[in-house]
Amino acid sequence: MFRTALRNVLAHKARLLMTVLAVMLGVAFVSGTLVFTSTISSALQKSSEKGFTNTDIAITPSDSSANNHNKDGDGPSDWHELPQSLLKKVAKTPGVDQVTGTVSGFAAVAGKDGELIGNGFTSAGGNYYAGENGADIRYPLKDGRAPHQADEIALDSKTAERAGAKVGDTVRMSVDGPVLRQKVVGVFTTDDGNVAAGGSLALFDTRTAQKLYSKPGEFSEIDVKAAPGTSQTALKSAIDKILPKTAESTTGKKLADDQAKTIAAGMSSMKTGLLVFAGIALFVGIFIIANTFTMLVSQRTKELALMRAVGASRRQVTRSVLIEAFVVGAIAAVTGLLAGIGIGTLLRTLMNSGGATVPDGPLVIEPATIVISLVVGIAVTMLAAWLPGRRAAKIPPIAAMNSVHAVATTRSLVIRNTVGALFSGAGIAAVLGATSMAGDSGKGVLGLGAGLLLIGVFVLTPLLSRPLIAAAAPVLRAFGISGKLARQNAVRNPRRTAATASALMIGLTLITGLTVIAGSVQTAVGKMATDSLKADYVVTMASKRPLSPQVSKDIAADPNVTAASPMRSSGARVNGDDGYLTGVNGKALGDLTRLDLASGSLNVGGHNTVMDEDSAKEHGLRTGSSYVTTFEDGKKSRMTVAGIYKGNELMRGILVDNATLDPHQKDATDRQVLVKTKDGASKSSKEALRKSLGDNPAIQINDKQDIINEIAQMVNLMLNMLYGLLAMAVIVAVLGVVNTLAMSVFERSQEIGMLRAIGLDRKGIKRMVRLESLVISVFGGVLGLVLGVFFGWAAGELIGTSLATYELVLPWGRMGIFLLLSALVGVLAALWPARRAARLNMLTAIKAE
Amino acid sequence: MTTTPFGAQTAARATAVAARATDLTKVYGQGETQVVALDAVSLDFHQAEFTAIMGPSGSGKSTLMHCMAGLDSVSGGSARIGDTELTALSDKKLTQLRRDKIGFIFQAFNLLPTLNALENITLPMDIAGRKPDKKWLDMVVDTVGLSGRLKHRPNQLSGGQQQRVAVARALAGRPEIMFADEPTGNLDSRSGAEVLGFLRNSVRELGQTVVMVTHDPVAAGYADRVVFLADGRLVDELREPTADAVLDRMKRFDARGRTS
Repeated sequence: MFRTALRNVLAHKARLLMTVLAVMLGVAFVSGTLVFTSTISSALQKSSEKGFTNTDIAITPSDSSANNHNKDGDGPSDWHELPQSLLKKVAKTPGVDQVTGTVSGFAAVAGKDGELIGNGFTSAGGNYYAGENGADIRYPLKDGRAPHQADEIALDSKTAERAGAKVGDTVRMSVDGPVLRQKVVGVFTTDDGNVAAGGSLALFDTRTAQKLYSKPGEFSEIDVKAAPGTSQTALKSAIDKILPKTAESTTGKKLADDQAKTIAAGMSSMKTGLLVFAGIALFVGIFIIANTFTMLVSQRTKELALMRAVGASRRQVTRSVLIEAFVVGAIAAVTGLLAGIGIGTLLRTLMNSGGATVPDGPLVIEPATIVISLVVGIAVTMLAAWLPGRRAAKIPPIAAMNSVHAVATTRSLVIRNTVGALFSGAGIAAVLGATSMAGDSGKGVLGLGAGLLLIGVFVLTPLLSRPLIAAAAPVLRAFGISGKLARQNAVRNPRRTAATASALMIGLTLITGLTVIAGSVQTAVGKMATDSLKADYVVTMASKRPLSPQVSKDIAADPNVTAASPMRSSGARVNGDDGYLTGVNGKALGDLTRLDLASGSLNVGGHNTVMDEDSAKEHGLRTGSSYVTTFEDGKKSRMTVAGIYKGNELMRGILVDNATLDPHQKDATDRQVLVKTKDGASKSSKEALRKSLGDNPAIQINDKQDIINEIAQMVNLMLNMLYGLLAMAVIVAVLGVVNTLAMSVFERSQEIGMLRAIGLDRKGIKRMVRLESLVISVFGGVLGLVLGVFFGWAAGELIGTSLATYELVLPWGRMGIFLLLSALVGVLAALWPARRAARLNMLTAIKAE
Repeated sequence: MTTTPFGAQTAARATAVAARATDLTKVYGQGETQVVALDAVSLDFHQAEFTAIMGPSGSGKSTLMHCMAGLDSVSGGSARIGDTELTALSDKKLTQLRRDKIGFIFQAFNLLPTLNALENITLPMDIAGRKPDKKWLDMVVDTVGLSGRLKHRPNQLSGGQQQRVAVARALAGRPEIMFADEPTGNLDSRSGAEVLGFLRNSVRELGQTVVMVTHDPVAAGYADRVVFLADGRLVDELREPTADAVLDRMKRFDARGRTS
């Protein structure tokens, strides 16, 4: 049995090629993901261990000291940093070789073009800790010397290069708002992960850094290097003895382990995400495998019947088909595994050259990777071949005696259509039902409905293929006889056409659905962020960290500015419950925002406050009611609710006048500043505002369009990533179209020979095959688009319950592109089959078998 | 060797030549495995004449037809349809020539299963993008007796009916010459006789030229002239043959083939 199966596989090499490729791609995706993630996480773990070579013990403020610490970093301030005295005490502890006190924070550095280097989140600053011999063991200097004075700085070599700064040059930078002009006195090298990932690192002298990031004489962390021969645990217990309650110590090993755990967790979610897409690609592959085996079985009807006639049981026939599938799956899985290892390697190289630096390390191929890849490849192939195998078993022995080539049986589609209609109906009902539900239950029902509908439509595709493809007739008529024949050929084997188109449909449904949802969400969020905004500009830090209050003073001083309001947060208690206040400039609020008042008036000032509906509900307050606020310094005050507004993306919570809040805040920082200028938003007024803020690289001045663009950029980045991942499913679908066409050309070689003989030229034959391919692909594309829009709409209805400004935005442009893409798929897929068809030897083709 | 074409010698009554082979040679393979399928065959096919090509298997009769019909390339000599020299034509021109000037009937019918009978009949004209001549088409359809079945698909027709559709397809474009390759090979004798009758009628009544390859003496009996091939050479010809006369000749070749 096995030998027969093997012979069959070898005899149909060419016809199995596409199937093998499809499975191979799926398996390669799986194994590539596994290899890549395990390689990267092992490399990251190694590099993080390396990052702790100088840190045997790290001392940080203890959790107990941070209990009341507000997450935003500006809450009631009983945070105990580590004083200089502690550092000295630690340094004297036996077994300590060196100590390094560190402070760190945000530091924006302007590049050659005046713009911020990096993306704001990776712009870091810190201190150069002059330890023994005045050198910092973390940052070996490449050039120049360490910074000693407040206006001096050392830059990492990459940042220095990007800023175009050499030792002795001056760079513009900013830490919390105001522009600093710092003289570069040193350039250092570092294997800091942040810098490797494209960020910047600027080092001040310790005193300056402490002033900027902490308090004079205080550190946020003390790193201890053990003397040779002292173990980390021994050192830890020695240090713990002298540590106050407000500080705690951690061994370098534990830090490394914790980091490794974080990395592993991050990697595993990335792995899961990638595997989902690999699964989609494999699922699409199933259609191709099923198509191929169906064809192989129908071509071998006579042979299989003969086996039955000479005494093979049904089960043996099925088994022979499954063994064939096993061989095909095994070949595909092995090649796929190898390809996946290649992809994993390549991906790392690509990421390295693409700027995202991935640490070096050996390629890690875990045994599980090999086992999973092989099992997945073989199982998928055998699963897909199971139905054709059962069909093979049903061939009656008498079929062997028929002299005529078995005519493709047009088995009734009645049962199939009934099942399909039931599934589709249930799916549509579930999806529609889900749109009127709320929250998580809606999501579940929607997912279920989407699944049912997808299956239903797939089952119904043969039925749908006739009317939909007939609709293309007017277009195809323009291509004369080739077009007519192509259309008829496309509906000739509805099941095969359906399976081929479905494969493409799945990919396009997902792509379209995601695009619809993303586009709509993007519009909705943009609207929400800008609708209520009357201000011309929103001024923030590039890093979205708090702004120094100096910035809002500078803005207020600008003669062009007609109204401005800083917005700050402050932790507080409302009637004893935890909450927070948003400080605004009460007088300017009406000029800067368009708040939708539910009741009362927009009167913020003194004891008058306004709050959004959620806060009012939470604290059980109404317009006119009064409540007691406990400010972050512990003082209490009675406030009045002057009005209640509908909360939105820009404004939420309890709005209090800054003048009321100010006396209770120690170091107030602003989240953002809303600005209205005399001339309204324009390039020149923005430029003027930028100038008056001292051309600060750390500060972003966004008008409404900038805000919308920023959101669009984020959404697009995510969409493009998803497109990239779904591309594999589309590629597999393309293989499916190639496969179907190649099978059709093979089966119809006699017809093609006849057409050539009676005068259809090679061009006409090619056109016929191409058009058939186009028809099938566009059919799948249209189905995918329709389903995608439907799912997108349904998901949107669900999102709409929590996002008030949500409305369906159909991305017509992109949908047009997707349709063109599916047409392109058709043209590309037909290249090879069309050539083959045109080159058929007509003499052998027309000879009767 | 430049032989005088057989047809030219004897065809006193024949008028113009529809197709002519001159020293037509076809060689397959190379070196040791070389097979000469046609060995300098010279032969005329006259207009409005029904010619049958006969010969045992491997005699080269099919190859001769394929070369004359522009389906296969030629190793040497010349093949002409009317005034057109086939050996000089590009694949594209050759395809056009087959489309516009030649009609084909195959053993396996070779109809397109997706087209109905009428669409199959007009297929060559559809390919050319020409409108069929309505009067001629009606007459052809009438002649082959398919009037009531034009909307049927091939799988709804019997073998004989299918071959009649094929005959109508070959005739519909008013070709200069029709080639039929074992047209009765897949038919029962009654259907075969019908089809052969149509072929003869199309010559006698519609003035068509038909060249038919067959190994069936009865089929050859319908022709005006039978030429015999053996080992790639033209060995004999017979005018106004009867099935018996053809069979007799065949037996002689057979015997000769075995003794020599």
